[in-house]
Amino acid sequence: MSRETDQERRRFLLRAGKAGLGVAAIGALGWWAHDTQGPSANIGQAANVKLPSFAVKGTDKRLAVVKSSHRVPALRAGLEALGGMGAFVGAGHKVVIKVNAAFASPPALGATSNPELVAELVRLCRGAGAKQVIVTDNPINDPASCFELSGIGPAAREAGAQVVLPHPGAFAPYSLPGGRLIRDWPLMYGPLAGADRLIGLAPVKDHHRSQASVTMKNWYGLLGGRRNVFHQDINGIISELGQMVTPSLVIADGVATLAHNGPTGGSLEDLRPTDTLILGTDHVAVDSLAVGLLGLKPAKVPWLGLAARAGAGTTDYESLNPTRVELG
Amino acid sequence: MRIVTARRISQGFFLALFLWFCLVATVGERLWQLRGWPVNWFLELDPLTGLTSLLASGTLYAGLLWGAAVLALTLVVGRFFCGWVCPFGAMHQFVGWLGSRGKPLKERVRRNAPHPAQQIKYLVLAFFLGAAMSDLAARLALGQVAASLAGAIVLGLVLWATRRGQGGRAYALAVGLVLAAWVAWSLAAPHGGAWLLAGLLDPIPLVSRSVNLVLLPLADAPARVAWPEPRFYQGAGLIATVFGAALLLNLWRPRFFCRYVCPTGALLGLVGRHALWRVGKKQARCGACLGCDGACSGAARPAGRLRPAECVLCLNCLDACPEDDITYATRPSAGGEAAPDLGRRRVLAGLGLGLVAPPVLSLSGVLGPGWNPALIRPPGSLPECEFLRRCLRCGQCMRVCPTGVLQPAGPSFGLEALWTPVLNMTIGTSGCQLRCTACASVCPSAAIRPISLAEKLGQGEFAAQGPIRLGCAFVDRGRCLPWAMDRPCIVCQENCPVSPKAIFTRVAWETVLTGLVAGSATGGELTVSGKALKPAALASGDYYLQMGAARARIVANGAHSLILTGGSDWRTPAPGEALSVAVRLQRPYVDPARCIGCGICQHECPVSGKRAIRVSAENATRERAHSLLLKGAGPV
Repeated sequence: MSRETDQERRRFLLRAGKAGLGVAAIGALGWWAHDTQGPSANIGQAANVKLPSFAVKGTDKRLAVVKSSHRVPALRAGLEALGGMGAFVGAGHKVVIKVNAAFASPPALGATSNPELVAELVRLCRGAGAKQVIVTDNPINDPASCFELSGIGPAAREAGAQVVLPHPGAFAPYSLPGGRLIRDWPLMYGPLAGADRLIGLAPVKDHHRSQASVTMKNWYGLLGGRRNVFHQDINGIISELGQMVTPSLVIADGVATLAHNGPTGGSLEDLRPTDTLILGTDHVAVDSLAVGLLGLKPAKVPWLGLAARAGAGTTDYESLNPTRVELG
Repeated sequence: MRIVTARRISQGFFLALFLWFCLVATVGERLWQLRGWPVNWFLELDPLTGLTSLLASGTLYAGLLWGAAVLALTLVVGRFFCGWVCPFGAMHQFVGWLGSRGKPLKERVRRNAPHPAQQIKYLVLAFFLGAAMSDLAARLALGQVAASLAGAIVLGLVLWATRRGQGGRAYALAVGLVLAAWVAWSLAAPHGGAWLLAGLLDPIPLVSRSVNLVLLPLADAPARVAWPEPRFYQGAGLIATVFGAALLLNLWRPRFFCRYVCPTGALLGLVGRHALWRVGKKQARCGACLGCDGACSGAARPAGRLRPAECVLCLNCLDACPEDDITYATRPSAGGEAAPDLGRRRVLAGLGLGLVAPPVLSLSGVLGPGWNPALIRPPGSLPECEFLRRCLRCGQCMRVCPTGVLQPAGPSFGLEALWTPVLNMTIGTSGCQLRCTACASVCPSAAIRPISLAEKLGQGEFAAQGPIRLGCAFVDRGRCLPWAMDRPCIVCQENCPVSPKAIFTRVAWETVLTGLVAGSATGGELTVSGKALKPAALASGDYYLQMGAARARIVANGAHSLILTGGSDWRTPAPGEALSVAVRLQRPYVDPARCIGCGICQHECPVSGKRAIRVSAENATRERAHSLLLKGAGPV
């Protein structure tokens, strides 16, 4: 056999080897990517997240009503009556404060959480040892504008909190166990992940559809998507929100109540001085007390009854023996 | 330092400054946000922007005076703006350099040879000037001296710039004919108008629009520095296509856009060809190595008879000449100079086309009886005709809008409105925010007047004239849940930001279930027969049990049982009595006297496709002819 044919054979074997590898690679890739089923109906659906209870052991059934026209001293006095901020927030905690920043409207109009109150609450959390305080909401108007114009953003940052605006990555699907409306619905879970405490801070407002918007309605801002479809059953959704969240503490700001034209307001004439700050760990009780500032009886507000029957709290706030403080 | 290096540094600096201004046009007070940065400076520097605005509107608004400074400086030093300042020019220069890199000298000389197509840009300029001055005659008739003077000067300049040889009489006749036709057209056409079409190709508006509405949203989507949420701009593909084509054509011919298309370059060329200082050869005879021709980015042929109007002052030729024969001095090139080959007839044709374009296009009636109610303009916008005289299509208002509701108008709104701002309530993060005047404060040409918050809201000294209305919301009763589907909703009413609200409701009762028969009543629970009910479905607080005219609210229900809370007129039904279930609906109505057309209701409407409440441009403050209400009529 000549040397040339020998080389030719070697080249052929080499080429055949390469071709074989190529065939094998194509075959392997095809086998690996092969799908005999086709996509399922719930394609792109991430797994549901779970929302833990944020209630602090031993603080249930605490309720305080402070009569004052000044928010900051009222907050301090109210927290004192509940056992001090130390009873709720401890060293190294990650605290999330869910404010109501729904509208791009100035603080004086009372449609959003009061920035001074937000700042003081942040400072108190920091003072109690919180490592991280997050102030968040998924507003209705443009989020960045809402936080800036309402004054909540600058006030919170100044006081040492981190302001978290909604962004696509913050949402994860959630289903309320036993829930009818909140099924596979986008929940703003990002800021809540790993949180130790959740505090709700909402103004007391008139609401044409649900009659009143207080701390339970405020949890609406944790939902994403086109959540407005839930307004077909406003009482049902507020009741489910009350079941979805077990807060560490809620605060209803009724120092000035948005008595007309709610929930947006828009004029100082829509506000009425009611000089009341309500703090508690049971948001059904806090809201039952708060609707009184709007001249409503809890029994006439269906979402309160629905939430109470579902076990989210009690409408009979007197049974919690609220501490009443008058600051004059 | 080599002069070319200095030029590159200058281009880099101004390009970076331009991009910085694009980034900082964000509402906010941080360093990288809008806090007094002169974000319109480049738009204001552009002399074509100023000139066409002056011709169309009769005034040179605020910062547009900068254009006069550029024009004046061009008279002294030539097209420095193109070569040293223009950010679009810098992009072209760079891509052109990429395309010519490594090419042999012969090929580079071929690419940089003067081409008859270079005169196209003068025709483009003439067309835009014509479109902008289309109704100068009408304003002349109205005695606007400044406007007519400006028109005369421009016409004179064009004629002077295009003078060549003899035959003056024939040209005078042609000019006279065009003028006569133009006067006739503008006075006869019902909405002749003059439009600032220049913004379509004017380099600074073009690059502002492209960077702000295409590049920045792309770059910011993962970074989210400019906007907290991803931004969307309708028809971004068309804007990107024009921008991308302009950039990529540089690979074929360096500075393609500047050479063949740019109307501002044409204007600066006409002004700069008589500049005091100019590029030129010291001696007519040189080694003829053609190094300068191979480097010339303007295709001005420095080696032969130089074309000063085409010279963008890149000064590559100075750098490329091995004999140091090319200089920048106060005398014409020793190699001789050539005027741009304009072709007076062609320029006049361009001007004439421009002059008649607005009157002819306006025959479509979109400014009159066929006006498009989807064209909702930002707050403070001038009436449509005046708006089109001023809008540069630069995209600054859309860039600065905090909600992104301002969108570039697509071709469906007509050529005259292409890329002008229009509100699209479904795209932004909210409608037009009540307490925001960002677009009006940033508009470089006052197409959107600078308005105060008090004026927008109709407060203080503006209380008598009321708030600025962008349009009016209309409820689509065929889609609205409480109107069409017996479902409670009123999200629109809740979100209406004006006080008192422009959306009010009326309670309506609709019977949704009949044929129930009362059974026994025990301990607050009433059993019913007839139809099995869905458990808990009627317990939302909106459903009531009806017996004759009396109603009791359903608090809870099982398949055959109900728990009720009744009013004073309710009595427990006797067994066998006929019952029905009604739903309590609050149906929305819009009060056009209060509605400002902000579109927040439309944005929030849960009917997420075509919304059940939609804003339409009727009743907008800026167009009296579109008002909806009879003054002094109605109860409120």
